[in-house]
Amino acid sequence: MPQVNASGQPYEDDAPEPAPAPATMASTDALDDLLEEIDGSLQTNAEQFVRSFVQKGGE
Amino acid sequence: MQIAEVPPPLEVEDSRRIFGLETEFGLHVVAPGSRPVTPEEVAGHLFHSVVQWGRSSNVFLTNGSRLYIDVGAHPEYATAECDTIEDLIALDKAGERIVQDLVAEGEQRLREAGVEGEIHLYKNNTDSAGNSYGCHENYLLRRRADFAGFARGLLPFLVTRQIVTGAGCITRTPEGAHFSFSPRADHMWEGMSSATTRSRPMINTRDEPHANAELYRRMHVIVGDSTMAQPTTLLKIGSTDLVLRLLEARVPMPELALAKEMQAIRDIAHDLSGTATVELADGRRLTAVEIQQSFLDSVVSHVDGLIERTEEVERILDLWQRGIDAVRTQDYSGIDTELDWAIKLKLVKRYQDRLGCALDDPRLARLELAFHDVSPTRGLANRMERDGLIRTIVSDEAIERAKTVAPTTTRAHLRGRFVREALASGRDFTVDWVHLKFTGQESRTVLLKDPFRYEDERVDMLLGTVVS
Repeated sequence: MPQVNASGQPYEDDAPEPAPAPATMASTDALDDLLEEIDGSLQTNAEQFVRSFVQKGGE
Repeated sequence: MQIAEVPPPLEVEDSRRIFGLETEFGLHVVAPGSRPVTPEEVAGHLFHSVVQWGRSSNVFLTNGSRLYIDVGAHPEYATAECDTIEDLIALDKAGERIVQDLVAEGEQRLREAGVEGEIHLYKNNTDSAGNSYGCHENYLLRRRADFAGFARGLLPFLVTRQIVTGAGCITRTPEGAHFSFSPRADHMWEGMSSATTRSRPMINTRDEPHANAELYRRMHVIVGDSTMAQPTTLLKIGSTDLVLRLLEARVPMPELALAKEMQAIRDIAHDLSGTATVELADGRRLTAVEIQQSFLDSVVSHVDGLIERTEEVERILDLWQRGIDAVRTQDYSGIDTELDWAIKLKLVKRYQDRLGCALDDPRLARLELAFHDVSPTRGLANRMERDGLIRTIVSDEAIERAKTVAPTTTRAHLRGRFVREALASGRDFTVDWVHLKFTGQESRTVLLKDPFRYEDERVDMLLGTVVS
């Protein structure tokens, strides 16, 4: 069932068109390209890198 | 000396609200082969330039916001008062850039101190040892007698909103790893309390409005995740604001009080399928999807009535519904450029496929840290934004401007003016959320109790004394 607002109009019809999402193929490629680029630096001593991040309490 | 009158509180519409975000950044120095270095030493180097101009590691900036080193030696940034969510997003993103701008000099000073390494700042909520730190939200409320009852009405919303506004994370357990909606969910200990460091409540009830206490009080929400994608911040703040508007107007709401909030927030966090049910105080069992839909339906039923239909409201409601739908249908493709947990899940899964590894592989944990790194070059969220893989709400120019310029429609404007002119004058001054003062006996303290007032003759006169 569509969302209905106080004036009885389906909400979806009144909503502005969302900006078009990047085309799936393009974004897939962009994500793969990004991972390709950073792969080397992420793999270097990953475990030691992660384990060395310890933050004392705050809040 | 002429004395200006204390102006009366501005008459503002009930829908106008002051928002603020406080972000604790994770501080990580990576210096393999160098001597051990304490977080305090790193934070000291990082804040060297701040102490140089501000004479303190706890300062207010010309954009009206506060920057300081918090307990545990990590940088914290609290945005100035904003009365629009777009201003808040711009100031929040500006904060990431402001702390990142300290990194280059911090690394240089570390090098001079014999430590060759990198400083990483993460806008996230957990470290590798299981410590958690927060992103606190502030909402100005009109004062009312039954705050506790009022706040309790918000808890079922706060417990379940993680399915749309959670930051997403890999959770490691002795039985293996899985992806969860919210890294903060496991670190919440109670629903409401006045403490934050000893016990961690979802809503902090400490009554510290930083404003006229007869009129206002501040709702301090601790349960949220730090969010990277601007649309997630829009939805996190926007949906909470809309629910607060209904609660403030005392409109009838569905009875959704939870039997056990702490159990519920954990059960929901660890069930990406969205089918786990949580127990309500009246004995029913509902899913987070059903509870969020119920809140959204309540809000939608008041649009064009209590809630004015604006472009921003429509944008919030549209994303809110798409977020709920994505969990209900288990098709995340409609939100994976807008909502943090889905963006991150896609990134993690793609890299996992590439590596052909298990989810608990340290390289994926490394990827998670890189996602939250605020660096424009090392930080993946920033790079994904540039590549069109994460959508934005405010322009890059607006964020750059927000680094130095305060919002113009709140008290922050007065504070920003004061800090800017006081720094230019070279005179010593003190400033906090409600006070402005030049150091020295002859100077008056200006008390700014109205967070909506952005013009004040007393501030003009105070600054006039600098010139004369």
